[in-house]
Amino acid sequence: MDSVLDWLRPDWFFDLSVVQDDYNRGRYLAGLWMTAKLSTLCILLSLVVGVVGAAAQGARSRTLRVLVGFFVAFFRNTPPLVQLYFFYFAIGTILRVTGENGLPQPLVSNFGWALISLSLFAGAMNVEIFRSGIEAVPKATIEAAEALGYTRLQTYRYIVLPLAVRISMSALGTNLVNLVKTTTLAYAIAVPELLYVAAQIWSEDLNVREMMNVLLFSYVGIVAVLVWVLHRWEKALRIPGYGG
Amino acid sequence: MSWTPDQPIVSIKDVHKSFGPVEVLRGISMDVMKGEVVCIIGPSGSGKSTLIRCINALNDIQSGSITVEGQEVHDPKLDKLALRKKVGMVFQQYNLFPHKTALQNVMMAPIKVLKQNRADVEVRARALLKKVRLEGKEDSYPGELSGGQQQRVAIARSLAMNPDVMLFDEVTAALDPETVKEVLVTIKDLAADGMTCILVTHEMGFAREIADRVYFTDKGVIVEYGPPATFFEQAKDPRTRQFLSQIL
Ligand SMILES: Nc1ncnc2c1ncn2[C@@H]1O[C@H](COP(=O)(O)OP(=O)(O)OP(=O)(O)O)[C@@H](O)[C@H]1O
Ligand SMILES: [Mg+2]
Repeated sequence: MDSVLDWLRPDWFFDLSVVQDDYNRGRYLAGLWMTAKLSTLCILLSLVVGVVGAAAQGARSRTLRVLVGFFVAFFRNTPPLVQLYFFYFAIGTILRVTGENGLPQPLVSNFGWALISLSLFAGAMNVEIFRSGIEAVPKATIEAAEALGYTRLQTYRYIVLPLAVRISMSALGTNLVNLVKTTTLAYAIAVPELLYVAAQIWSEDLNVREMMNVLLFSYVGIVAVLVWVLHRWEKALRIPGYGG
Repeated sequence: MSWTPDQPIVSIKDVHKSFGPVEVLRGISMDVMKGEVVCIIGPSGSGKSTLIRCINALNDIQSGSITVEGQEVHDPKLDKLALRKKVGMVFQQYNLFPHKTALQNVMMAPIKVLKQNRADVEVRARALLKKVRLEGKEDSYPGELSGGQQQRVAIARSLAMNPDVMLFDEVTAALDPETVKEVLVTIKDLAADGMTCILVTHEMGFAREIADRVYFTDKGVIVEYGPPATFFEQAKDPRTRQFLSQIL
């Protein structure tokens, strides 16, 4: 009988046979690539959502501010898996076009829905993160820009945002790491990312334990890369003589 | 109605300003001619900062009129950029952009706001930093500079917009006694070059030395004003005399 300790036996723990089998290796690498692509695009898109949303929250228009408030509340207070299903099943079934064969075709692919849904989810958090960063920019600094003739948009772009990003850096890092981990939800709508292909492999080869380790190591590696990139970015943004 | 240099470059007429129910300026009038240096002194809370912030429309006013080169500052149709090109402002806390070097702080507004050519702006910016005696500090970030040095960068940053009037709001109040002097020397140079300056200051010796006129404000009104010699020696109003006796 297997004991929990057996699971830690070196021959299982380090069994990476998946990379020795050409077919499985191909699938694994495709999944890894899909996760990398989904993560990267989601990060970029969520940053755009965050920057634009935070700017809109500081806008003069009350309607705009209220709309952004609703958006943030919706995505923060509902489970991301439910959001993903909502996009894929509720909106995805409405958004159809007639294909060449005369049959209705989805307008947005599974990958597309995962990208949109996860970017909005993480973007809503980014709005909040940037907003508190923006609030931490001294009013006097903004006033100095105003006195120099900067428009609101120029002040936001050249002064407020660069400072807010620096202030937001650590909260932003946490959220983006979470976002990468959350991309595994795309499994639920059959996007062939890492978790999806791992499940395929273990259901065919009956090597659940080995694949679990492969998965965990893969994510440790992916997150390590992201943390490294964030660290480099933070270092590049560091201002001599400013804050810490 | 076009402005000519024989008319006041800044003209303030019966200005009233309230923050909510509190009336902070209660009928202020003041004319400043081109090239003049005027100092505003008065107790804390008397509305000095508010007054000079109204001149470049950082604060709005409830009634009265403020014109700069004949242009009404509180006209809702005012071109704010045109006003801010004419009026430079230096703050007590310097308010430099911390993520930009001294040189970039000076160059940014002419490039981004006035859309001037970068190479030309850089030549001018370096000359301005030299003028405020900061040669060699071009590539330092604000956090690497002393208060006095930061304040001189802030002055150069304002000057880079080529203003016709400079506003200074207690620009030495946050500085150590030793660095106060270097900033005052910079302002003195400016005044000597003919720049119109409106200064709020607690440096009485300095006011006496460079001002054409000194204004004393208390509780939102100008109590009295005059050339420094008469103002400091023969103040008429008891409030002025009491303030001067406390501060001198
Ligand atoms: N944004 C504001 N909202 C409400 N009240 C304000 C605001 N700014 C200034 N005040 C009030 O207006 C009054 C005048 O302030 P102001 O800053 O003009 O005084 P000051 O003469 O510059 O004083 P100090 O010498 O301390 O700088 C004060 O009572 C202050 O509390
Ligand atoms: Mg003040």
